[in-house]
Amino acid sequence: MSGRPPAEDIANSAGATDRTPVDDADVCIVGAGPAGALVADRLADAGHEVVVLEAGPRFDFDDRLARQEKAIRPTYSRPDVWDSDPERDAHSNSGEWFYPLNHARARGVGGSTLHWQGMVMRLHEADFNSASERGVGTDWPIDYSDLRPYYLAAERAIGVAGGDNPFAPPREEPRPMPAFEPSYSDSLFAEACDELEIAMHPVPNARNSEVYDGRSGCVGYGTCQPVCPSGAKYDGTVHIESAEEKGVTVIDRAAVQRLEHDADRITAATYATPEGEHRQEADTFVIAAGGVETPRLLLLSESEQYPEGLANSSGRVGQFFMDHLFAGMGGTLDEPTRQNHVGFLTSETHQFYDDADDEFAPFKLEFFNYAGPSPVEMALTGDDWGDDLLKRLQDGYGTHIAMGGLVEQLPREDSYIGLDESTTDNHGNPVPDVHWNVGDRALRTIERANEIQRSVLEELGVEIEWTAGPDSTGPAYHHMGTTRMSDDPADGVVDADCRTHDLDNCWIASSSVFPTSGAMNPTLTIAALALRVADTVDEAL
Amino acid sequence: MKLTRRDAAAALAALGAGGAAVAVGHNSEDGRRSDDDLDEAAIRETMVAAAEVLYPDAVTGIDDFVTTFVDSRLTGETHAAGVADAVAAVNDRAESWYDDRFAALDADTRDSVLREMAADTAEPRREGSTAEEVRYYVVNELLLALYSSPTGGELVGIENPQGYAGGVDSYQRGPQA
Repeated sequence: MSGRPPAEDIANSAGATDRTPVDDADVCIVGAGPAGALVADRLADAGHEVVVLEAGPRFDFDDRLARQEKAIRPTYSRPDVWDSDPERDAHSNSGEWFYPLNHARARGVGGSTLHWQGMVMRLHEADFNSASERGVGTDWPIDYSDLRPYYLAAERAIGVAGGDNPFAPPREEPRPMPAFEPSYSDSLFAEACDELEIAMHPVPNARNSEVYDGRSGCVGYGTCQPVCPSGAKYDGTVHIESAEEKGVTVIDRAAVQRLEHDADRITAATYATPEGEHRQEADTFVIAAGGVETPRLLLLSESEQYPEGLANSSGRVGQFFMDHLFAGMGGTLDEPTRQNHVGFLTSETHQFYDDADDEFAPFKLEFFNYAGPSPVEMALTGDDWGDDLLKRLQDGYGTHIAMGGLVEQLPREDSYIGLDESTTDNHGNPVPDVHWNVGDRALRTIERANEIQRSVLEELGVEIEWTAGPDSTGPAYHHMGTTRMSDDPADGVVDADCRTHDLDNCWIASSSVFPTSGAMNPTLTIAALALRVADTVDEAL
Repeated sequence: MKLTRRDAAAALAALGAGGAAVAVGHNSEDGRRSDDDLDEAAIRETMVAAAEVLYPDAVTGIDDFVTTFVDSRLTGETHAAGVADAVAAVNDRAESWYDDRFAALDADTRDSVLREMAADTAEPRREGSTAEEVRYYVVNELLLALYSSPTGGELVGIENPQGYAGGVDSYQRGPQA
C-alpha cells in the first residue's frame, strides 16, 4: 500500500494563468507532445523565441498516483485516466474497421507519451525503401543514414535502456543506459526459442534502468501503460519543462482553431482558451499535433487559396492513415510464470522482420511480462470477498503466459482522416472522422506471426487459450501517414525536411509524415524527425 | 499473514502531525446529505470492521493497516465526503436492521449487512446508488488497499503487485527464489 492521494481529488490546477499570445515569436509550435516538446527545447537552445500551444491541459505530476488509481479501479475507463473530454475529443468512425481513438491518445502537455508503453526501436533500413526493397508501398525521400545521427540524439534526449540486437540496423554507439535484465518468463521462453532457433534480444525501453537526466530509475509500479507515477518512463513533459526553463512559453488549454495564411505562409494561429480566443503570430510554425489532429487542423484551415485544406495542393492531407496491427497468442502453463510484476517488456525478436516482401509485411514478436490478469484489478471485480475472493485470485493468477507482435500496415488511399461535418466538438468545429481500413498483406502477416507464436507456445507446453489473429486484431495506437513526406509535391504534403510543399514557413513534426509505417513503435522515429526539424527550422530562421 | 509497517509505510508519511480532524461533513452542493457529520474515529472504526469481513482470514494486523490507509485517504476532501456518505449508509442500515452500529455487530452480521445492501453485486460508482457508492468507497477502497500492498500480493503469489513500487528485482526471480 502506498500513501495514495484519492482519484476523486485530482485538482487540475497546474495550467497556465496567462494564455495571451507571445509578442515577437520566432516559432509557434502546435502540440505539446514529444515532437513539439523536443522541437521547442532545441529551438530554445538555439536562442529563438518559441511558444507552444496545447489543446489539452497541463497535468500536475503530483497527481500521478491518483491517476494510477484510475488505471486500476474498474470504475474508470482508460480515457478517464488522462481526463479525456467527450466533447473536446469527439470523433467519428466511418471506416470498415472501428478505431477507438480516445483509447489511443492522451491530450495535454506531454501528449500520448503520458500513456504510452515506451518502446523505442529504430526503423530498419529497408523500412525507408519499401517500394524498392519489398515491392510495395512507397520509398521515403530520406534513408536510414539521414536519420541515423538523429536516432542517436533522440535516444540520448529521451533516455533509452537497451542492449544488443543482431537484427537491428547499424549503430555507432550503445544506448545511454544498460538494458533491463530479462524476466523470469523470458527464461522460460528462451528454452523454447533455443529449440526453434529463434533469437531473443532486449527491448529498448524509454524507461530508466538507472537514474538518468535527473529522473528516477524504474521502481516497478507496474502501470507503465497508462501512467508512470515515478517519472522513470520518459514522456514529453520532460522536454516541455526543459524548454520552459530556457524561456519557451507553453500555453495549455489553447485549442488551435485555424491557421491563418496567405498564399505561401502561415501568418497566425487562432486559438480558443477558457478565457476567450486569441491570435498567435510567428515567423515560423511547426505543427506537432499527431496523426489525427494535424491533418484535421489543416483541413479546418481551408480557404479560397486552399479550398481542399491548407497545405493540401496534393490532396494527400489525411490520406494513408496507418496503424500497426497487433498479433498475439497466450494461454497457461502448468507452472508459475511470474507475470505482472512490472508493466514493460524485456525481450523481443526482430528475426523475421527483414523477410518482408510484397506478400508479407515486416513484423516483430514480443515476449510478455504482463500476461493474464493483474490480481488487484481482479480483486475489484466480482461479487466475492474474504477467503472466497482470495481463492479466486490464487486460481486466476500465476500461470498465464503470452506473446505479442506488431505488423506493418501499408498506406492506402481508402484509409484516411477526414472531417465529419455533421458532428462538432466543444468549439463547434467538425470532428475528425477516422476512416481506417486494412489490407490483405497485413492480415496474412498476422497469420504468419500467429504461426510462429503458436510454435513457440506449443514448444513451451502452453495450453493456448486465446489468439489475436486476422479476425480479432486491433490497432497498436500508433497514428501515422496522414501528411506524408515525399519529394513530389503532387504526392506528399511535406518534403524531405518535413516542410510543407505549399507553405514556406510551416513544418510538420509528427508520425503523420511517415510514408510507410514499418512495424516498429514509432516514437523514436518521431523524436529523431523532430530533432531534424528543429535543425532545419533553426537554419531557416 | 500480517500486514506490517512496510505495507503502511507510505501512508504513514501522509499523516499530518497531531492527526488534526479532517472535515468530512457532506457537501450539499451535489444534493448529497449534509447533516450526518461523521468524525474520523467513526470512519476508521467502520472501515476496520468492514475490512475484517472483506479481507481473508489469513490476514492480521488489519486495525493499524486500515487506520493508516484511511487517514491518508481522508486528506482528499472529495474522497473524504464520499467515504463519509458510504460509511453513514452502512451504519444507517446496521442500526435500522440490527439495532447497532456496524462495528458493534459480529462478523457474520457485518457480512450480511454489506450483502443486503447489494455492495457485493453493485457496480462501483463514485456517484451512484447507495449500493454502488458503498461498493466504491468501502468495499473496493479496502480491497485496493490490501491487494496493491506487498502482503496482499504475497497472499496471491505476487510480491510486487500492480500499484506498489516494489522495484525491478522480483520480476526476474523464479518461483523458488
